[in-house]
Amino acid sequence: MEQNVTLRIDKHTVRVPAGTTVLDAARSVGIDIPTLCHIDLKELCIRSAPASCRVCVVEIEGFKKLMPACVTKCTEGMTVRTSTVRVLNARRTVVELILSDHANECLVCPKSGSCDLQSLAVRVNVRRIPYAGGAFSAQKHEMSPSIVRDMNKCVYCRRCETMCNEIQTVGALAAVNRGFESTVAPEGGRNLSDSECTYCGQCVAVCPVGALTEADHTERLLADLADPHKTVIVQTAPAVRAALGEEFGFEPGTSVTGRMAAALRQLGFAKVFDTDFAADLTVVEESAELLDRLVRFLGGDRSVCLPILTSCCPAWVNFFEHQFPDLPGFPSTARSPQQMFGSVAKNLWARQEGIRREELVVVSVMPCLAKKYECMRPEFGLGGDPDVNYSLTTRELARLIRRANIDFVRLPDEEFDAPLGASTGAGVIFGASGGVMEAALRTAYELRTGRELQRVEFETVRGLEGLKRATVDLDGFRLKIGVAHGLGNARRLLEEIRSGRSEYHAIEIMACPGGCIGGGGQPFHHGRGEVLRARMEALYREDRAKAVRKSHRNPSVVRLYGEWLGKPLSERARRLLHTRYFNRSE
Amino acid sequence: MSGYKIACDKLKELDAICEEFGDRPGELINILHRAQDRFGYLPEEVQRVIARRLGIPAAKVYGVVTFYSFFTMTPKGEHPVSVCMGTACYVRGAEKVLDEFRRLLKIDVGQTTADNKFSLSSLRCVGACGLAPVVMIGKKVYGQVVPDDVERILRELDGDRC
Repeated sequence: MEQNVTLRIDKHTVRVPAGTTVLDAARSVGIDIPTLCHIDLKELCIRSAPASCRVCVVEIEGFKKLMPACVTKCTEGMTVRTSTVRVLNARRTVVELILSDHANECLVCPKSGSCDLQSLAVRVNVRRIPYAGGAFSAQKHEMSPSIVRDMNKCVYCRRCETMCNEIQTVGALAAVNRGFESTVAPEGGRNLSDSECTYCGQCVAVCPVGALTEADHTERLLADLADPHKTVIVQTAPAVRAALGEEFGFEPGTSVTGRMAAALRQLGFAKVFDTDFAADLTVVEESAELLDRLVRFLGGDRSVCLPILTSCCPAWVNFFEHQFPDLPGFPSTARSPQQMFGSVAKNLWARQEGIRREELVVVSVMPCLAKKYECMRPEFGLGGDPDVNYSLTTRELARLIRRANIDFVRLPDEEFDAPLGASTGAGVIFGASGGVMEAALRTAYELRTGRELQRVEFETVRGLEGLKRATVDLDGFRLKIGVAHGLGNARRLLEEIRSGRSEYHAIEIMACPGGCIGGGGQPFHHGRGEVLRARMEALYREDRAKAVRKSHRNPSVVRLYGEWLGKPLSERARRLLHTRYFNRSE
Repeated sequence: MSGYKIACDKLKELDAICEEFGDRPGELINILHRAQDRFGYLPEEVQRVIARRLGIPAAKVYGVVTFYSFFTMTPKGEHPVSVCMGTACYVRGAEKVLDEFRRLLKIDVGQTTADNKFSLSSLRCVGACGLAPVVMIGKKVYGQVVPDDVERILRELDGDRC
């Protein structure tokens, strides 16, 4: 039984359930109290409210001190004032004090323009930084393969710590030291690259300032595009098209697939291909692997590792290699779509086109930071030449488009190039949590039963719930599937496998909340969880609009098997499209 | 659990300390106190063992160790010297006493002499303000210390010194 309380906030009388914070109550009547450290993605049950920044202070009758709205609970008869002169001045003083201990390099900061502290300083009318004296000590600057840390810009909001420890259960980042030496760092103050960091990038996704940003490859790409001796081709991940528009003022959830293809062509890529093609390929290989394991299991082979775990998410693979190396036989050996694409492009397509491997540059645009690291894994390349040379985030692509004077909003839609640009609806939904499993089911069902699947939608694996489960009837065999997004949720399923209690036959895991649509390389959501839902819906809309919605019916994929690979899991397919895992625990 | 350089018997002691506190993450500070008491300092591998026992990230343990000035990651000397810099001691000249230790030992606060005989730290209030300024060396408390006493104290503990 929830009780309601009634209170006054400025001129409003508000009735809210007991336990509601003053911040939420105020927002419910359109009073937008500013915050900095606070984050609350209700859709995903992600909340960090250390009340450490004090930007949200308000006056509450009966209290001598100003109170932080983010953690103060509403009580019956409470009177709150959110914009008195005392409050507004205190709020500005708080921001001035934060800035007195901040590397104020806004003009050259990679976060400039999307920095929460910058907008806050404008909003509370900071016109000078009056506090001299003690200031931060020079802090760590680290360039890891995926994440750049500039701790002189840290405001100690602890959002990254919450994501890394509570949501992802990775435990790479914690608040260390005190006073002006305070910082957020891995164990022993070492580098992220020497820690158990998975490069999921969720710390970057929530960092309100420029302390955590992505490793930037835009300059490198511009140089490659300008090099007449190089053929530069691009692949774009499914989730990018559902979010890129946000950088150009489109409503969240606007699909900009055609404009994106046009923009990439204008940037000068020789071919504009689609990771969705490789996603279809991944589905075919993974479904074949699932069915292979199932058939052997049903035939009495108890050495088969079930459940099979999807392997498309590189942060999840890193997590697995660090934290669960004792379960090496469980993940699918299928490479991620990014790497399948790179392998096909460099080993098969280039040969067909007569392009020498060393002259071909394969670039990917990903919603992801872990993909940057994945490109550098030595197993994905030949003689030191990576299959995918490097990966850019959605944000980096947006920056490049603006820099190249492309009026994105007015671009006409264009198509992807053939043959590695052809994809199905199953490839598109890879970008949302549950999408890989749904795509695999569409294919596995038909391969197993030999009958055409009429209803391709598997609603039970869709949505933002952290753990989803479903049972699918495969011709009398009841296939139990699980879907987890967020590494903390993944850990729960992995612990079940470790203790032999797992009831599933197949599990999809994505490291980022919501799946790739919520990736660490996506446009910043600034704490608005509804943005992720809108992106998810955009992908399912795009799937519905596709003529072909099953991966094994992708004509380019069918041709690839016919001309090069033979059958799924063939010796050739295993060599080019599969991988192995390493024990990275200490 | 391979890869640790701590001797097995010490590892067992660490396990016993954690067990005594029920392996509860909420007891982290108490466990660190006891571990430092036992090992003299809290090297990374000790922190990692504790983290694993309590099921919390090693980075969190490191965060706590670096937050509280009482905890140290450098080994202490045979005679750990702590000069109280609490208000009462400070106003009665603790800083001059600390300077004298610095001068004679030729080390700074937080450091240990090359022969591992002495280490120097400052702390805040040991609750013996009536004796200010107070110096603690190991478990022994020295009261009303003046800079001229320092040389004698050091010689008492280590005849070869000064």
